[in-house]
Parts: sequence; structure tokens; C-alpha cells
Amino acid sequence: MSEDFQAFLSNLPQAIANGLVRGSIYALIALGYTMVYGILGMINFAHGEIYMIGSYAGIIAVAALSTLGLGGMGGPLSLAVVLVLSMAFAMLVSGSIGFTVERIAYRPIRGAPVLSPLISAIGMSIFLMHFVMVAQGKDYKQFPIPLHDKLVVTVIKIGTPSLGSWWPEGSVELTLLDLLTLAAAFGLMVGLYVFVNKTKLGTAMRAVAQDKTMAGLLGIDIDKVISVTFVTGAILAAAAGVLITIRLSQTFYTAGYIAGMMAFTSAVLGGIGNIPGAVLGGLVLGLAEDITSTYPGGSDWKVVVSFVVLLACLMFLPRGLLGERVGERA
Amino acid sequence: MLRLDSVHAGYGQIEVLRGVQLNVERGEIVTLIGANGAGKSTTLLAVSGIVHVRSGTISFEGKSLAGLRSHEVTSLGIAHVPEGRRIFKSLTVLENLRMGAFQRHDNPGIAQDIEKVFSLFPVLGERKRQLGGTLSGGEQQMLAIGRAVLARPRLLLLDEPSLGLAPLVTQTIFSVVRELNAKEGTTVLLVEQNARLALDTASRGYVLEIGRVVAEGPSRQLLTDPRVIEAYLGEA
Repeated sequence: MSEDFQAFLSNLPQAIANGLVRGSIYALIALGYTMVYGILGMINFAHGEIYMIGSYAGIIAVAALSTLGLGGMGGPLSLAVVLVLSMAFAMLVSGSIGFTVERIAYRPIRGAPVLSPLISAIGMSIFLMHFVMVAQGKDYKQFPIPLHDKLVVTVIKIGTPSLGSWWPEGSVELTLLDLLTLAAAFGLMVGLYVFVNKTKLGTAMRAVAQDKTMAGLLGIDIDKVISVTFVTGAILAAAAGVLITIRLSQTFYTAGYIAGMMAFTSAVLGGIGNIPGAVLGGLVLGLAEDITSTYPGGSDWKVVVSFVVLLACLMFLPRGLLGERVGERA
Repeated sequence: MLRLDSVHAGYGQIEVLRGVQLNVERGEIVTLIGANGAGKSTTLLAVSGIVHVRSGTISFEGKSLAGLRSHEVTSLGIAHVPEGRRIFKSLTVLENLRMGAFQRHDNPGIAQDIEKVFSLFPVLGERKRQLGGTLSGGEQQMLAIGRAVLARPRLLLLDEPSLGLAPLVTQTIFSVVRELNAKEGTTVLLVEQNARLALDTASRGYVLEIGRVVAEGPSRQLLTDPRVIEAYLGEA
């Protein structure tokens, strides 16, 4: 066994843990792409920017609480409360922008040939990205409270006895932030599952996705359901934006581009339009990225590997991992 | 209750309705018969706000329906069972029925009405957790009507309910339609390709030809009208 491969094996458990965390973030963003596609059959290319705006809104909220002397260093509010409030603010801002984007960029051209909403979406994406650049500046924005390098909660030793004699020793280090990210991401996904499958509005969303005319005849306000879909997707993206900003301790006005691309890829990998598919696709892509990076010299290849995974999947399963068969959509 | 006054409507360049004139009174079953392409379905779609009305007026209980979107028409008390049933295939039977009650918020009443639908169509009760797409054509038609009943409509628009169904299933469905009319007082506007069945069910009928009403009257009279017999009833 080569030394490189030994090192790879020894770091693999940590890579899997990191990949799951990264993948759960991709999944949160991917849900917005897949829900909008499911209901309108279009790709909302501005969704990455909605995620990016969520990351800025989180920073702004934390900074504002610190300035008011309420949170941050020495304020009366605990760190947890500050984070929850900033998350809520980011969701509010991104949700409003998701709502507005649909109203002004997509609704007026609904029913137009497919190229029109595509161009409108790309235009919206460029507009939002540059709006943030002008409003917030071209520099990286730092998260006001540094959190990323502390708070290691658990170290799991992985050694020779537990995995057989050939497996090199290693360990998995999980930070509080990792656990919080996973908990928040999966909590939101479970919430979405319950909303879509168990509530009246969620059922109406599925009905509108299948047959808009019939949904209208039953008294469902289609425009309202479409707005709810955009806002829900934007709220999940905002959560992802705040979680990632805490991890990286900074954000940037082009942050939505690459994250959006990876999340869109996740949605396609899982089967665009399919909600569990977006989660699965995100996790697979997150794992592919972190496992590749673990191999010495692999981090240059991580994006290449992610897209090879996508291409390989689409060659054999053109509808994605959990995609429906062609012709099943009404 | 429902009144159409010289209604012109169509799709794109094509005008399908060329001055349709008809009315439906409370408690009636009225049928629209005519050949394919005469404008029967388009008439119903114009009432529901799906096909754009170019001129003329449609009013329901004295209120104009002009410019209303389909969910707003529904909220006035009109339920439309369109041609081809249009069941939500990946929703369960129960979810399909609940969607019919989308605008209602009286959960006990909804539960009661779901039980009522199951007593009208027991097979739906047996299959309530199945996906709509797994039902047979007849069961889907039952579900489509049940779903409309869940809206507690005062006017039911039924488009080709017998299309593609076995005679026995058709009988079941028409007896339920008569029952809804007799017991619940639901007014029905029925579009049906089987003219004899339609006229046997309805008290009055309209005959549509290329977008215009060419004959109208009580069913008994239309059943003996030589033109209707020749064109729509065959040499029975």
C-alpha cells in the first residue's frame, strides 16, 4: 500500500464527516432549485444569489446586534440567541427577495417559451450579485464573531482494532459547529418534508406541480402557491448562507455563483423536481468533494470529480438518482 | 342561476363560441349536446375562467364572472369536473378529495363530506390511501366527482363523465349525479357525448352546433325532435 493511500485512508473518516456537513449545505440550497423546477419547470438561476444575500443578511444582523450592545462580545443576549436571531433575519431578507424576484422577473413571462424565463433568471442573478457588490463593497465581509476554530466537541478515534489490522489509525474531529450545521440542515429538511407531505398548503403545492389548471378549478390560488414555493426555497437557502458564513467566517458577493452551481448540480444529480433527490444529490456531491480533497493533491481535482460523478450518473440514469421516468409528469 | 349572453370565446385565432346564449335555473339538470368541436367543453371552460371571453357576459346568481380567475369562480360556488377527470396521479385518493375542499376550513364538515363521498362510491373508501394514478378510469371519474362535491358547490359543471367508461360504471355515476341533484339540490350543467343518456338525465337541453345554440327545450321535446334524432340519437 502506497504511503499516499495510507494517508488517504487515515483521513477518510474525517473526509466523510466533512463531506456530510458540506453536502447538507448543498442539499439546503438544492431544495430551492428542485422545488421551483417541480412547480414551474424552470431553473431559478438567481437562487445562488438569494443564498449569498442570506449570508450577508446574517452578518448584518449579528453586526447590528453587537452595535446595539445586545449581543456579541459582552452583550446581554447569549451567542445562541444571536445566531437564531440572525438566522431569522437572513430568512426574512432572502424570503422577501425570493418573493420579489418571482413577482417581477418570472410571473410576467409565465407561459412564454422556455428561453425567456432562463434569460430573465440569469439577468436577475447578475443584477443581484452586482447590487450586493455596489451596496456592500468588493471586499470579503467577515463574520463579526469568530466561531469556526473553536468548540471541538468530540473526537472519535479510529484505529487498528476497530477496523481491522490494515486500516491506518486516524480520528474524526467534530466541532460544535459541525453538529449544529447538521442539526439545523436536517431539522429544516424534516420540516420541509412535513410541510410538503402533511399540510394542506404543501399538498396544494404538489397538486399545482402536477396540474395547474385543475388546481385552479379546485379553488387553489396558483400564484399564491408559486410564491410560497419561492419563499420556502429562499428561506432554506438563507439558512445555508448563514451556516456557511459561520463556518468560513466570511462571505463574498460572488459566493452564490459556485455554491449555486454545486447545489444546482446536486439537484440534477438527485433528479430535478424530486425533493428527496435534492438531499441525496447534495450529500453525494459533498462527499465526492471532500473525499477527493483528502487524497494528496486531490483538492485541485474536487470540482472535476464532482462533475464526473454527475456525468457518470446522467449517462446511466438520465433522470437523476431518484428522478421520475420520462412521461410521468402530467 | 347561470346565464350566458351572446358569449364569444376561443383559443388564439380560432373562435369556438359564436354567441352562445343559455341559462340554467336553480335545481335543474341541464345538458349541452352537440358534435365534437361544437363548443360544449369550451362553454364550461369559459364559465370557469379558463378560456378567455371576448365578448358577451356570463353571470352566476346575478354576479358577472368577467375577469375572474378560476379559483375565484370556484369560490362563488361553482365546481367543474373537466374532461379527462384530471386526477392528481401522485396524490392519494384522500389527498385528492381534500384538495376539493381547499377553500373550506370547517374540518368536521370536510370529514363528514368525505364519508358521504365514500358512501356514494364505496370503492373510493376502500382505496383511500392509494395514489390517484393507480385507479381505473371509472374510479378516477368517481374521484373527480367526489372531489368536486367536497367544494359543496351550488352549481356542478360536468364534462363528458361517461367518456371511455363501461356502461355499468356510467350508470353508477349518473345515478349519483341524479342523487346529488335530488337530495342536495345541486344544480348541474352536463356536457355529454351520449345524447340519449344526457337527455334522459336532464330536464332541459341545448343543442350546440359550431359555437351556437341551434335548438333548446325540455328533454322530452328534444328526444322527439327529428333533427336531434337524426344528428345525435341515431336510428334507435
